[in-house]
Amino acid sequence: MAVTEIFKILIMIVMIVCAIATNLTKKLLTTVIIFMSYSSLMCILWVLLESPDLAITEAAVGAGVSTILFLVTLKKLGQLDERDAEEEAGHE
Amino acid sequence: MNEKFLKWLDGDDAYFDQVLDSSMEGVPSRETLKAERRAITNAIVHSPRSRRAVAAGSRTLRYLYYVVAVLSAVILIGVLLYCVSGLPRYGQENVRADEVVERYVEHGLEETGAVNVVAGMILDYRAFDTLGESHVLFTALICVMILLRRDRKNMDSRLEDYYRVVQDRYFDTSGDEILQGVGLILVPCIFLFGIYILLNGHLSPGGGFSGGAVMGAGMIIFCSACGFERVDRFFTLKLSSWITFAALSFYSFAKGYVFITGANHLENHIPKGTPGAILSAGLILPLDIAVGIVVACTMFGFYSLFRRGSIGGN
Repeated sequence: MAVTEIFKILIMIVMIVCAIATNLTKKLLTTVIIFMSYSSLMCILWVLLESPDLAITEAAVGAGVSTILFLVTLKKLGQLDERDAEEEAGHE
Repeated sequence: MNEKFLKWLDGDDAYFDQVLDSSMEGVPSRETLKAERRAITNAIVHSPRSRRAVAAGSRTLRYLYYVVAVLSAVILIGVLLYCVSGLPRYGQENVRADEVVERYVEHGLEETGAVNVVAGMILDYRAFDTLGESHVLFTALICVMILLRRDRKNMDSRLEDYYRVVQDRYFDTSGDEILQGVGLILVPCIFLFGIYILLNGHLSPGGGFSGGAVMGAGMIIFCSACGFERVDRFFTLKLSSWITFAALSFYSFAKGYVFITGANHLENHIPKGTPGAILSAGLILPLDIAVGIVVACTMFGFYSLFRRGSIGGN
């Protein structure tokens, strides 16, 4: 098999691992960062499949704006770091 | 400055608390903030009405819901996998779809005038689908506005003061030295790059959606670095609505003209130019600009609505 094929299979395996790992982490910030890395891997896969338009859009939207919106939501929920999460838990 | 930086490197958060507290005069302290938030959460979550609603759900129905959810997901996965297995293998010949693909690939350059055949396809052969997509983006912005907008009509004054004065001011990131220094260098480059992607949509990979997303991201960095007051000077709700409306109407009327003349076998006198020049490919360049404007306004509108519940200040 060519090196490109092995590279593609490797990236897809890491993407599956990322997708499962978003469910198994305890902190929400970790989940958002794994989501962003999933988007970046998808961007590389689009380049390997010879569609650079999709790669630019995926990088700008998935690993850019979408992650920022998630982080703004987390800040408003108070889950962004351990201090905020302890405060939230202390309220209930 | 050096000792504070070394202290911050060691994990001492007191420097940032000090900076945050000193930049917030007129804002209540952190303890009153916590007490207010606790009072509002208790008033909403633990009110008798919501307690009754939570207690009224029965257990069997909840377990039935879990079972039906898992079952429907498994059935959906099975159906989709069965449909995908019916497609031809990657790179094989598919007799039914090959004629259309051949026509697009071989005659795409001379019929649309665009060197980037993908842009020629989505904005010339299949422009109707792109029109629908732009309208979907606009509708998504309207839906987020319906859900998240805070103004005098849907909030009482206590909640409005809490959100507008306390939370938005507390989460304000402008005035940070790192953010402003980085923003000064990066924001012009990002805007230039986004405009380059937009304008070269028919010559190199890119197009309206990518360029608009990059410009929206540049606006987000500018807003984080310089604060909402400076953005409100030029990006108001009226401006945003009018330019998205103008972009979508221009797209609809221009493509409507092309469809009507094309369907009646008339000649639409839109020049195609020489392939490779920037002013070529007929209508693709203006339509790219229209789509890019809609996407950029939508991205920044989402960010503004998430942060403070309105586009352009209230």
